[in-house]
Amino acid sequence: MFLEAIWLPIECLACLRRSNFMDSITNVSAIQNIVYIASSILFIFGIKMLGKEATAVRGNYLSAIAMFLAVGITCLNLGIDIKIIISGILLGGFIGSLIAIKVKMTAIPEMVALFNGFGGLATFLIAWSQFNSPNNSFFQHVLIMLTVYIGGITFAGSLVAYGKLSEILKLGKGSWITNILISFFYLSFPALLYVICEPFISQFIPQFSSYFFIFLGLTLIAGLGFVMPIGGGDMPVVISLLNSFSGIAAAFAGLLLLNNVLIVAGSLVGASGLILTIIMAKAMNRTIGNILFVGYASTSSSSSFSEEQGEVKPISADDAYLILENASSVLVVPGYGMAVAQAQHVVREMGELLEANGTEVKYGIHPVAGRMPGHMNVLLAEANVSYDLLAEPDDVNPSMDSIDVAMVIGANDVVNPSATEEEGSPIYGMPIIETHKAKTVFVLKRSMSSGFAGVQNPLFFKENTRMLFGDAKESISQIVSEFKD
Amino acid sequence: MEIYVLLGFVLLLSIFLGLELISKVPSTLHTPLMSGANAISGIALVGALMLSSEDQTQTILAFGAILFASINVFGGYLVTNRMLSMFKKK
Repeated sequence: MFLEAIWLPIECLACLRRSNFMDSITNVSAIQNIVYIASSILFIFGIKMLGKEATAVRGNYLSAIAMFLAVGITCLNLGIDIKIIISGILLGGFIGSLIAIKVKMTAIPEMVALFNGFGGLATFLIAWSQFNSPNNSFFQHVLIMLTVYIGGITFAGSLVAYGKLSEILKLGKGSWITNILISFFYLSFPALLYVICEPFISQFIPQFSSYFFIFLGLTLIAGLGFVMPIGGGDMPVVISLLNSFSGIAAAFAGLLLLNNVLIVAGSLVGASGLILTIIMAKAMNRTIGNILFVGYASTSSSSSFSEEQGEVKPISADDAYLILENASSVLVVPGYGMAVAQAQHVVREMGELLEANGTEVKYGIHPVAGRMPGHMNVLLAEANVSYDLLAEPDDVNPSMDSIDVAMVIGANDVVNPSATEEEGSPIYGMPIIETHKAKTVFVLKRSMSSGFAGVQNPLFFKENTRMLFGDAKESISQIVSEFKD
Repeated sequence: MEIYVLLGFVLLLSIFLGLELISKVPSTLHTPLMSGANAISGIALVGALMLSSEDQTQTILAFGAILFASINVFGGYLVTNRMLSMFKKK
């Protein structure tokens, strides 16, 4: 014990000396390193504060300050012409700000995907440029290949995600193009292994100098193949995973360039993306591997669950209004359909009218409702719904029996009772919002088509369920105008 | 080699720190958190600034990296801020 107490300070002193030595080889001056540490700390606090409603705005500012510090201090020690840097930052800043200010709040999922892709592309280019530097050690060579790979997958994958979310790209699972791209994705694993081992191989076989460019192209195609087969309700998982990748790519670039702040910030992003991915996968009761590589199509083939299970009971908006007027508690459960119909504003209006009528209104939000984590929360926030009215499944399920009306707006799989009742169902075990236990359920839907999972929803055939067919926005507008009369 | 071990240590600790920090985020904040983290991943900008440009290819690559990382940084922070300013408690 005693010896240890003496030994520790000595070791620390030795560390200090070693760090002088490190400065000379990393070419980052001491001041720069100190600022990097400060900026890392700000990033850590920033991301911590982003996790709480009350402090989130300040958290974002803090992390922006951290970014400013880190970028500013790096400019003291440049290897590139300052004009190139300034024009790059100004142009990038202009484009980024323009997109960020112009974008509609409903287009947030694809915007996040696009920005994420640009981050990946930046690391991809960094590693490419580093490959062209002379005298890379073997370890640097490995890091270059890994950074190229993760950055490239992030970039191409995010582009596909952008295309899918903005509905420009309609290709999905099963198309022959998708299948070819998927084969390229699997081909990229041995290719990665090859390029990593290339310095060894080239000692025995004559050098194949253009292998790196083939690898660059293959990585991008593999990224397309990675995301192409995934779609619909699985998008939240892919988006968070790509987010995590962009962080990991930055962290690897940090290892490559021997830069602390890149490693810390990149790892934080990687970890936060990973957590979101896990939360999303848990909310669907599926493994990440199942979501990425299997999908629903191959599991939901049994026909016994897709049979009609009785008759649905349609209801008109007028009748729905009469029931709502007499309800003392209403739970709104939104899904992707609400986003498609752009119904969030009328939903908020209806909620306010109900509250004015003495009804208790809550919003039950499933973690995977929509196309990205927290999609419904953003839409309702945009429509000015107070965030303390938004509840998670665990908060609303225990008191579901006492709810007079549960209004399901464009949600399907997340309220499917098969998940708790039918053991053979493909979505069995997925945590749902148990609206079928409410006294009355309104389901607002365009038609009787099944949800993303392709599973028939027994909720529609329950005794207490009334179907309000039609466009969600129109139906609710009708209810709202009834209230006003 | 020693420095890689040291930096690898930093990498691992930061990942664990990140996992600890964000393990209990309310689902209301999932999107802003993702978008905010996305802006932070624009830290690649610092990496891009550290690149050297010995020939034209490297200069072009560095310019591209700076450009795209800047889009990520500016766009990411602004969008996050716009989103967060909508979250209100009445």
